[in-house]
Amino acid sequence: MRALGSGGTALPGLVVERVQRDAVSQLAQGLAATALITGTNGKTTTAAMLARILRADGRGVVHNRSGSNLMRGVAGALVEAATPLGKLPADCTAVLEADEAALPAIAEAAPPDVVVFTNLMRDQLDRYGEIESIALRWSEALSGFPRDASIALNVDDPLIASLAAHWSGACLRFGIEDPNVPPAPAGEITDAIWDPQTQDEFRYSRRYFAQLGRWHTESGAERPSPDLSADEVSHGGGSIDFTLRLPETSVRITLPAEGLYSVYNALAAAAAATALGISADTIRGGLESHEAAFGRQEEVVVEGRRVRILLGKNPSGMNQALRTLQRPGERHHLLILLNDGIADGTDVSWIWDVDWESQAAHCLSLTIGGRRAADMALRLEYAGFPRPRAAITNDVGAALSSALELVPESESLVILPTYTAMLDVRQRLGGMGASRLWDVAR
Amino acid sequence: MTSSERPGLNVAVLYPDLLNLYGDRGNARAIERRCAAREIDVSVTGVDIGDDWSTDQADIVLVGGGQDREQRRVQADLQRRGDDLREYVDDNGVVLAVCGGFQLFGHHYRGWDGEIMEGIGIFDAVAAHPGPKIARCVGNVVALWEGETVVGFENHGGRTYLNEGQEALAEVVSGFGNNGGDGLEGAKVKNAYGTYLHGAVLPKNPLLADRLISLAMTRRYGPEAAELSPLDDSAALRAHAEALHAALSATESALGRRFA
Repeated sequence: MRALGSGGTALPGLVVERVQRDAVSQLAQGLAATALITGTNGKTTTAAMLARILRADGRGVVHNRSGSNLMRGVAGALVEAATPLGKLPADCTAVLEADEAALPAIAEAAPPDVVVFTNLMRDQLDRYGEIESIALRWSEALSGFPRDASIALNVDDPLIASLAAHWSGACLRFGIEDPNVPPAPAGEITDAIWDPQTQDEFRYSRRYFAQLGRWHTESGAERPSPDLSADEVSHGGGSIDFTLRLPETSVRITLPAEGLYSVYNALAAAAAATALGISADTIRGGLESHEAAFGRQEEVVVEGRRVRILLGKNPSGMNQALRTLQRPGERHHLLILLNDGIADGTDVSWIWDVDWESQAAHCLSLTIGGRRAADMALRLEYAGFPRPRAAITNDVGAALSSALELVPESESLVILPTYTAMLDVRQRLGGMGASRLWDVAR
Repeated sequence: MTSSERPGLNVAVLYPDLLNLYGDRGNARAIERRCAAREIDVSVTGVDIGDDWSTDQADIVLVGGGQDREQRRVQADLQRRGDDLREYVDDNGVVLAVCGGFQLFGHHYRGWDGEIMEGIGIFDAVAAHPGPKIARCVGNVVALWEGETVVGFENHGGRTYLNEGQEALAEVVSGFGNNGGDGLEGAKVKNAYGTYLHGAVLPKNPLLADRLISLAMTRRYGPEAAELSPLDDSAALRAHAEALHAALSATESALGRRFA
């Protein structure tokens, strides 16, 4: 219904949705500002980074955490923050991640001051339908935004850059400028092959991953110059340094996160913060105090072992997560969890578009779990992984126990789960007394 | 075939960058892997729009699924190759056409906006999208093929209707299949197989994968090459069983979503 506009809907669902929408419309009137974040990958982390920046600026923040990004998640976040009389605290800014398909309705209920578009990639085709239909919905949604709103676009993604043509208001473009960023591996899946308007093929002088990079077409379209950019990117152990170029000034940032996709998230958060009038120093302060959002590069300690959770729910997200695990000489104990719930995508064929082959040599031990564990095991057998020592199980808890048994104390386990598997495994880790790293350090 | 010389097969993947929507690259991998285990050399060639290629040396032709825009894009190039591909199939050439590729290997596909995309008519079938307001056929599928189960995932807006006399590939046990109405899945003409199943379909349906390999070996090396040595298929069969379970237990919710 959501993605495809198919006919008919169950009445109770319709009523609940209207109540949720009304609640959002009511409460949104009491907000000082609203930032919406949408796109295939990076919504949750971008929202967490933006919330940090706003708090560093002394603002109150209401925020739909943990990827609950449909109307009900937005309503829940606002209701939770409101007093029993239905009033939000004064000077409160909403940072709301919005599901790609739910964006138009959420923007109507909570009129945004800034809307960030991160990227558009193949994800859960069973739920969203084809990519083009999302792009079309977005370009239509733009006409419903308040005229004085700003939009922030990742112009390294040609599908996002093209949204500017549908918007006459303020627009902040962001992208990566560093010529030394290593290119995407050949054969990596991409979802933007040609310009939907002119049918020209996108060509790249640099491609970082998926369809992100410095693109152009033969008829002269090209990646616009960004207003905000990242340059001089260098990866350290557990962090990334880069120069954040803002419209007026530049600051050097040490971001406590890994992978180039984290730089895009930081740029997206910085663009939204800039649109909301926040200074460069505050942006830096907020970004440098970033803590991993719920299952995204999150680290905990359980039974004397470090456990890192890297959510991967579509080919480009998983490829990026894997790339952070492939430093020369590094090998990992891996627990890979594949579920096929509606929030994961009921179609698991996307695992064939992930470059697991490049991970096989970086694997110390392998454990596989989740509702489609056997599909994953077959895929990893094809990728040249060693056969898992523990039995393949649909039970996430059993898989977690088996995986931890293979990890000697003082070594670490990397968990790569899909969305519902991430929720499940996180809860189990909590039940085992897992604590956050910084709690242990104290 | 002499004993000192390893047999080989040429696999061609049509439009690998355009028709690759649902993990279909797994199909070529399955053929490669299952052949390598039997010491059959496989060379895989990607065929893009405008490439100078013919079926002369081909033993297996694979074509995958794409969105409407990608199907539209390849249509003219595919037409150009129509005679060659029809002769190849007539000469018992092996084909696996999945989803969008299956539609374009029929007579035509009418998109949701009414636009007709011409196919190459290998299958005596037409596909039509019933319109943007009608739900797509999405979900796990189990079908019965020559008494064996085949499993996969389908996600297609267009519905395929086989003309009289056109043989289906399989019968739907659970899922929509060609059109959600007549209980048929896919189509088969000589050694050309069309299906809506992806997943990718071949890795977890080893019998189907071996059928294609066996047909190709027979065509190139004669009937004595048809028999393939058995492999350790425990991982594939486990994934097959899991997909079967997913399809049968999800039937209810799939119906729920169809009318939701």
